[in-house]
Amino acid sequence: MTTTPTPPQAFETSEPGEVTGGAPPGRQDKRGRFQRLDDRAAAVRKRAANPWASIIALVIALLWTIPTFGLFVTSFRPAGEIRRNGWWEFFRDPQVTLENYGSVLFEGDAPLAEYIINSLVVTLPAVLIPISIALLAAYAFAWIDFKGRNILFVAIFALQIVPIQVTMIPLLTQYNQWGIAGTFWPVWLSHSIFALPLAIFLLHNFMKDIPPSLVEAARVDGAGHVKIFFQVLLPLLIPAVAAFGIFQFLWVWNDLLVSLVFGSQSQVAPLTVRLASLAGDRGENWHLLSSGAFVAMVVPMIVFLALQRYFVRGLLAGSVKG
Amino acid sequence: MENLRLWIDYIWGNVSTFLFDADTPGHKLLLMLVAIALFVVVMGAILLAVDKPKRIPNWVVTLGFAGPAVIALAFGLLYPALRTVYASFLNRNGTAVVGLDNYVRAFTEPAFQVVLRNTALWVLLVPTLATLTGLIYAVLVDRTRFEKAAKVLIFLPMAISLVGASIIWRFVYEVRGGSQQQTGLLNQLIVMFGGEPYQFLINSPWNTLFLLVVLIWIQAGFAMTILSAAIKAIPDDIVEAATLDGLSGIKMFRYITVPSIRPALVVVLTTIAMTTLKVFDIVRTMTGGQFNTSVVANEFYQQSFVRGDFGMGAALAVILFVIVIPIIVYNVRQLRLSEEIR
Repeated sequence: MTTTPTPPQAFETSEPGEVTGGAPPGRQDKRGRFQRLDDRAAAVRKRAANPWASIIALVIALLWTIPTFGLFVTSFRPAGEIRRNGWWEFFRDPQVTLENYGSVLFEGDAPLAEYIINSLVVTLPAVLIPISIALLAAYAFAWIDFKGRNILFVAIFALQIVPIQVTMIPLLTQYNQWGIAGTFWPVWLSHSIFALPLAIFLLHNFMKDIPPSLVEAARVDGAGHVKIFFQVLLPLLIPAVAAFGIFQFLWVWNDLLVSLVFGSQSQVAPLTVRLASLAGDRGENWHLLSSGAFVAMVVPMIVFLALQRYFVRGLLAGSVKG
Repeated sequence: MENLRLWIDYIWGNVSTFLFDADTPGHKLLLMLVAIALFVVVMGAILLAVDKPKRIPNWVVTLGFAGPAVIALAFGLLYPALRTVYASFLNRNGTAVVGLDNYVRAFTEPAFQVVLRNTALWVLLVPTLATLTGLIYAVLVDRTRFEKAAKVLIFLPMAISLVGASIIWRFVYEVRGGSQQQTGLLNQLIVMFGGEPYQFLINSPWNTLFLLVVLIWIQAGFAMTILSAAIKAIPDDIVEAATLDGLSGIKMFRYITVPSIRPALVVVLTTIAMTTLKVFDIVRTMTGGQFNTSVVANEFYQQSFVRGDFGMGAALAVILFVIVIPIIVYNVRQLRLSEEIR
């Protein structure tokens, strides 16, 4: 399902392995496609006829974009201009510079370029590890019969509601005892653990949607659980993995709390931590703050826009089914 | 023997430097690859060990699949949570039992009461306003020509970190004194209409409202996505029948759309409420909790990691957890109800 599950798509969403989210995938009716398109055209005409609806929608859209746009314009204005007047003056007297980006990325004692590496190094394992562990666990809960399966699954589901704040002080104490505090390891470990309840729950839902006959057939052929997992289920679960992968990627890349508590040393701190302290002690240096904010934003924006449809599918599966 | 010891010390010294002391970009990236490879090898070994369909008992296979997750959760969520509950009854460094003192302080000291009041404001206002905006927008752009593009605009803030969003909005609220030109958009508008510049982030109690706008701005996209899917799932015949009965516009919205998507509305409201409770990035980045804007999640961080009062921090974390429970109970009850109706 994409952001806009338009009705004609209902005829195409039934490809094998396409696991749809919780909401019904469009309406299945028996009328022809052309009849539908006519209906849609009529609806569009009707909608366009109501100016108030369009005006309200336009106002909301503007309110949601102008703040970002303003900071974006600011990030390309010379520092002196930024201090002199507001970003809207840019259109009266356009002066473009890349200097802000240059200085926030490479100059000073804590250039952002180093923190980009940290963000990357923190994020990739913190996405791959929980997905793999959760896939295996979800498989066990969906397709292996064992005693206490349901109770254990409900317990893991319930752990979703535990705020991560509750775990932080004891975990930090533990990491200190092990002597790994201040390295990448506690950050990876914590992010992976915190992601598990939602990941297991989501992937389990997707796995349950796969026809049991597929698994049965493989079992009759003598395949063990490991073989079934890798050869039958995993290929069908790629969309689900992508959906959760984006979730987790955005979550880790944009996280502040976990990094602040477990990895705020400049050696491992990600972009968000540096940006937050930049906002704290240089609140007035808008040429650095604006460009810095966009440096931190660009990667998640690209990932988000490119893989939007998987993200939406994950959202729908996660919240409507839950 | 002595030599062997020296060798082991030497090798371990190098390995631990590599594992725990990465400071150049190349070293960090290599460490990342090694960590991923290590993980793959360990998981691969576990799977290889249980991949003998006939000879291995079922429980070993189960352990191989579910074991890592269960162990990780027990170690990283369950056990620490219990420790925290226990720690909330201890003093600031865990050396003496103080009973309910931390909780009593959290509910009676004026400073903490402001924190609780702010948290209540956040939890009540953010879910309602974000859901309302998302719902109205979803209905308005539903099946229009520009639906897809219009949705992306509202949706995009979800990709932005809370820190980034806070910076974006701090710039909107920016205020300058005296005869200087305003650089914040809102104050420019105020000045343009002849008003006095306003300190959005400093004047209590209204500043809390301006802070929570940021989260509404982010969460409306989530609400819109879920609700839009729910609206599209309303059966055609219901809409057609209502149209034949002469319903349209606001009446259609009130009597058909909203009742039909009630379950989705409940889910969206409760999900956003739970997210809201845990958010501390916005308060931290915008005001640092000053000017009476702190919330429980921010105060937890302050008490635990800035003031070093672990007992109080633990109590605040537990309070956070306890506030979540009624929201969940409501969510589950509503879902049960809607299933009964079906």
